[in-house]
Amino acid sequence: MRSGRTVTLSGTRELTTFALRRDRIMLPAWIYLLVIVAVSGGYGLKEVYKTQHGRASLAASVYHDKALSFLYGQLHGSSLGAIAAWRYLMYGTLAAGLMSIFLVIRHTRADEEAGRLELVGSTAVGRHAPLASAMLVALTGSLAVFVLTSAVLVVSGLPAVGSVAYALAEAAGGLVFAALAAIAAQISGTARGARGLAITALAVCFLFRGVGDSGGGHGLSWLTWLSPLGWAEQVRPFTANRWWVLALPAAAIAAGTVVATGLAAYRDQGAGLLQPRPGRPVAGRLLSSPEGLAWRLQRGSLAGWAAGFLAGGLAIGVVAVGLGQLLGSSAGVDKAIDRIAEQSALTSAYLAACTSLMGFVAAAYAITAVLRLRAEETDGTGEPILAEPVGRLRWAGSHLLIAALGTGIMLAAGGLGIGLGYGIGSSTAGTQVPRLIEAALAQWPAALAVAAVAALFVGLLPQWSIPAGWTAFAVCGFIGVFGPAFRLAQGVLDISPFTHVPKLPGGTFTAVPLLWLSAFFLIVTAVGMAGLRSRDIGTG
Amino acid sequence: MNVIEVSGLRKSFGKTVALDGLDLSVEPGEVHGFLGPNGAGKTTTIRVLLGLLRSDGGTAQLLGGDPWRQAVALHRRLAYVPGDVTLWPTLTGGEVIDLLGRLHGGLDQARRAQLLDRFELDPAKRTRTYSKGNRQKVALVAALASNAELLILDEPTSGLDPLMEAVFRECADEERASGRTILLSSHILSEVEALCDRVTIIRAGRTVETGSLTQLRHLTRTSIAAELAAPADGLVQLRGVHDLVADPAAGGGSRVRCEVDSDALEDALRLLVAAGVRTLTSQPPTLEELFLRHYAAEPDAAGVAP
Repeated sequence: MRSGRTVTLSGTRELTTFALRRDRIMLPAWIYLLVIVAVSGGYGLKEVYKTQHGRASLAASVYHDKALSFLYGQLHGSSLGAIAAWRYLMYGTLAAGLMSIFLVIRHTRADEEAGRLELVGSTAVGRHAPLASAMLVALTGSLAVFVLTSAVLVVSGLPAVGSVAYALAEAAGGLVFAALAAIAAQISGTARGARGLAITALAVCFLFRGVGDSGGGHGLSWLTWLSPLGWAEQVRPFTANRWWVLALPAAAIAAGTVVATGLAAYRDQGAGLLQPRPGRPVAGRLLSSPEGLAWRLQRGSLAGWAAGFLAGGLAIGVVAVGLGQLLGSSAGVDKAIDRIAEQSALTSAYLAACTSLMGFVAAAYAITAVLRLRAEETDGTGEPILAEPVGRLRWAGSHLLIAALGTGIMLAAGGLGIGLGYGIGSSTAGTQVPRLIEAALAQWPAALAVAAVAALFVGLLPQWSIPAGWTAFAVCGFIGVFGPAFRLAQGVLDISPFTHVPKLPGGTFTAVPLLWLSAFFLIVTAVGMAGLRSRDIGTG
Repeated sequence: MNVIEVSGLRKSFGKTVALDGLDLSVEPGEVHGFLGPNGAGKTTTIRVLLGLLRSDGGTAQLLGGDPWRQAVALHRRLAYVPGDVTLWPTLTGGEVIDLLGRLHGGLDQARRAQLLDRFELDPAKRTRTYSKGNRQKVALVAALASNAELLILDEPTSGLDPLMEAVFRECADEERASGRTILLSSHILSEVEALCDRVTIIRAGRTVETGSLTQLRHLTRTSIAAELAAPADGLVQLRGVHDLVADPAAGGGSRVRCEVDSDALEDALRLLVAAGVRTLTSQPPTLEELFLRHYAAEPDAAGVAP
């Protein structure tokens, strides 16, 4: 007779095979992305930091630079490997974590919510098999990332032991988020909610290690050790190769899996641990128009994003305060006037880089909000609205309006956060808040210009709208992150709308590029909507 | 003028032909049954009528207008219940009913309350927690509580239990009495027989039969079982008699069972009477037989299928 444990896992192998088949496009795409990051680490930096002198000066500046520590972590050496690990390992782990989150929730809560697990569960499949197979899919992806990343780093000429440590730290750190996602999938009753919980956890981990890495002087470095992203940094590949640190992710993965399995036993099929409360039996006044419905459907995610932008902005702002103080106390800048000028230039450059990053992240929100329109169509929830006396443009416009205004709200929240964080710390909140809200809002047209691609495809080639929207986003991200490092031609850099936004604060404000980016958004969206008017509405 | 007038309607999706010259006419004030096997094109037709799909050929008129060009104006005058009702998971049933009603330009609150009561629907639950039947009830309450002159219902009872089906039938009868027109796509034949004045049967995107139930019944066969005093030999030769089974019975008589086309009924009965009828049972043709004949066979072969 088979033991109880074996029975609750029966069918895991079949489910895993099936899941890997379903992921035959998505999983390789993620792995490819992660390996590309490693390739950049291996090859890209060779060009930039050719000389030992250049590397040493970078190491020295990172040591003093709180902003760089916040964004990338601390640099533990001046070898090429150490710089690659500093620049790319934490972000690689972050991306590996995102991969794990998406994979695990896709095969657990999303399938359960869609009712597919019920069908599967009625066959000879154990209660824990779906969770186990989701974890195995994440493990398979992480193993592939580990093998390919170590190979790529070794081939690029970095030391073999360090390369293996780097790849293992990234894969193990990412897999911790698979376990966290498994827990989130038990807590929330919806895939959207579970993804939100897991990604929030990931964001908190990023902030913890950011504050820990940049706040060493204030006795905050222990925060790094609370974050799986920090653990990956602390392996210190190519310099110390501290293998024992890997015990932390290993223990967290094991503990998280046990907790998720235990929670799964406490809940019913289809339900989360969070029970939905009864709602209103009668609709509020707002729910009387397509716009009211779009607001109602999107306000939750909008609030979440805006809160994230505010929190992220506060953290960025607080770090900017330290930036000025640090330089102020360092030797080498003698004259008071020079010092103030240099401080302000450095802080402005940092804040401008951060607002540009915010604009890019806001584009991700804008794309999801625009694609919501397509989801309404494929889910079939657009049909009851369009069967009412509501024109297609009104229906589509309601979602596009929320996308456009929401992006602005988010950027304003981010700017407000930076302004408050920086302004309160430096007692200049009155001037910093409007200045930084303006800087953040300058990114608005660029973020919308990216989302316009999604709107265009929703109208003209709806089947391609999701890949097209995210490809546009990925291209801008690639240009933003790697453009300067790879010394890409200006013509290529110009593809990204973010290239054209004035660098604020610090730079000079020019309205011209913002006007034509806005015009681009409006015209491209209008072309898409003209397509929407003349095509079939349906699930095809 | 007819409420719905479709003729020669064509629609393809890529290489798949969904509608291949479909005809449908629905007269004012009638409940019109719209029947066909899965994939016959019922939902595609309805989606063309709602202006969600653009037809490739033929004409479609709805309430005297063009369903593609005048969608918004026409939708003011109709209400629709989709076959597969999907709703926004975070909204409650009550919120959805109110939203759809307000978009339509108003909702009869008394009727809303009465319908919620009759369908035993809890409006405070989020639609995520509703079963298929409950989601269908949401769409039904919204449609029935509207002031639309035309109701387009796509298999509205496919998820309802028999009690709720009965409630739906009462409601549909009331709607007919109050002069509304209903296009009812359905698989439930007893429902169609009970509710519909006329039916249209489609198959593979084409109309194969249309007319009142009485007219259609003429096309079908009556089953007859009789005990006779003597063998009725003439039945074998009679055109329009099918599936004849004749067994000798005690006393030189015979037992006969057969299916008889409506136009051969008189001749068949004459032969039976001539042979001396001891017992006779006859069953009128049901829509189900009609339905099965059209569903099971190719459209062209329907008339001669056994």
